[in-house]
Amino acid sequence: MLNPDIRNDFPILDQEVNGFPLVYLDSAATSQKPRQVIEVLEHYYNYDNANVHRGVHTLGNRATEDYEGARETVRKFLNASSDKEIIFTRGTTTALNLVADSYGRANISEGDEIIITYMEHHSNIIPWQQLAKATGAVLKYINLEEDGTVSLEKVSDAMTDRTKIVSIMYVSNVLGTVNPIKEITEIAHAHDAIMVVDAAQAAPHIALDVQDLDCDFLAFSGHKLCGPTGIGALYGKKALLEAMEPTEFGGEMIDFVGLYDSTWKELPWKFEGGTPIIAGAIGMAAAIDYIQAIGLDAIEQHEHELVAYAMEQMKSVEGLEIYGPRDAGKRAGIITFNLEGVHPHDLATVLDMNGIAVRAGHHCCQPLMKWLDVSATARASFYLYNTKEDADRLVEGLRMAKEYFQ
Amino acid sequence: MKNEKLDQLYRSVIMDHYKTPRNKGVLDEGNVTIDMNNPTCGDVIHLTLQVEDDIVKDAKFEGEGCSISMASASMMTQLVKGKNTEDALHAAHAFSDMMLGKDVDDTVDFGDIEALTGVAKFPARIKCATLPWKAMEKGIAHDSE
Ligand SMILES: Cc1ncc(COP(=O)(O)O)c(C=O)c1O
Repeated sequence: MLNPDIRNDFPILDQEVNGFPLVYLDSAATSQKPRQVIEVLEHYYNYDNANVHRGVHTLGNRATEDYEGARETVRKFLNASSDKEIIFTRGTTTALNLVADSYGRANISEGDEIIITYMEHHSNIIPWQQLAKATGAVLKYINLEEDGTVSLEKVSDAMTDRTKIVSIMYVSNVLGTVNPIKEITEIAHAHDAIMVVDAAQAAPHIALDVQDLDCDFLAFSGHKLCGPTGIGALYGKKALLEAMEPTEFGGEMIDFVGLYDSTWKELPWKFEGGTPIIAGAIGMAAAIDYIQAIGLDAIEQHEHELVAYAMEQMKSVEGLEIYGPRDAGKRAGIITFNLEGVHPHDLATVLDMNGIAVRAGHHCCQPLMKWLDVSATARASFYLYNTKEDADRLVEGLRMAKEYFQ
Repeated sequence: MKNEKLDQLYRSVIMDHYKTPRNKGVLDEGNVTIDMNNPTCGDVIHLTLQVEDDIVKDAKFEGEGCSISMASASMMTQLVKGKNTEDALHAAHAFSDMMLGKDVDDTVDFGDIEALTGVAKFPARIKCATLPWKAMEKGIAHDSE
């Protein structure tokens, strides 16, 4: 387990909610931010704020250096080979839309296939639905195994000569399942399809290496890994990005502008039209530095232990069903469940009145809810600042909810 | 274990309607059907009304949702039965005001439904309570076009 003093880095955790000390178990939706990140943001606005790539003055230079320095931090974080491969976006959703709109529209035609799974987040479904509708391509879903995992056989079976894009989440935001991305990428490549990875839930918890994974695109969000909202990144292989057209046009992304035609800047700036999310990128880099100083492996280990402990404690609550892999070693820090006789919204309200924040609903995964045959679930998601006491409080809250609804 | 705020929200009347909902099902003679959902949480309601000569003769609902939304649907169908459409729409407006914590029009006799006033203090749950009423409103407004 990590040193519980880590909690002191997160000022927000030191408060009472509805009369009880806050237990924050909704980090899969968005994580809390450490002082170290908040201070970097404050420093930037207090001393360095200026637009980037424009000014010749000192502040402009500082802002540009910090912004491009943040790109280098992300490159190292993903082990990309060049910082031309790192594009700052608003988050995972925008990044996936960029791939669908740019790579997709240029390379997909009628009858081509795009493969995703039943467990995908809406952000990794709808851009492909839209692409399929616009091009006449076929969107195919890979069914899940009974325990909520993806089998390589089913991936292989789904592939054909017409498969062009495979897009799969690394870690499920509902089931907590960790998917075998490296192996799936190999299968995709054997069929000349590209591999897109939604790493929104992986980046905060698992050390990523895009060269080792060999994926073609990978997207994540800053706000889930202790960074600010409104910033994320898209990694793409240089050769692919070079061949792609921007999807947003305007200032900053241009080279020469004529009256009726223009040319684009080189990578990565051709994809970053307008004033970019400067403070966001700098804040996200600070967050990456923060979690890397603690160590992604240590964070992953901490979550495994917490989840194993919480699942064990939750077993004692009668009528509680947990979805996804039984084996805590197979999941990231996410437990999704339902308590018999208590709707997840009611459950979330009872917990909230005890100071415990969990998510209830469909988690932007309606197809997966259908697959689980439920209309909604409750979800507790753990991160580096959670402790075994938090898990105990959750279990206590579940018991209370049961009593209320008996 | 006791929690005062929770007791306010989950009054016994509400729990009773949740556990033994009135007017559950689908009307065979229904001439107005409305499906509505709350896209942010996945709650759904399927409401059938039998509206004749501007009178809501009967009402039934089916649905999937939390205690607040299902109890509210049960209570709404109770209230609306036998009312003329104008009064039913009026009640829907008044209910919506009640959920927003506004002064409630005292010409509407809500009876047990007043138990839902506690929801106003739980902003995240207001949509749960109003979903069935929105469905009723939509059904009647549509029928009278
Ligand atoms: C697996 C997964 N993909 C995509 C997203 C979307 O991320 P964002 O809202 O930051 O664009 C999320 C966030 O909930 C997620 O959990």
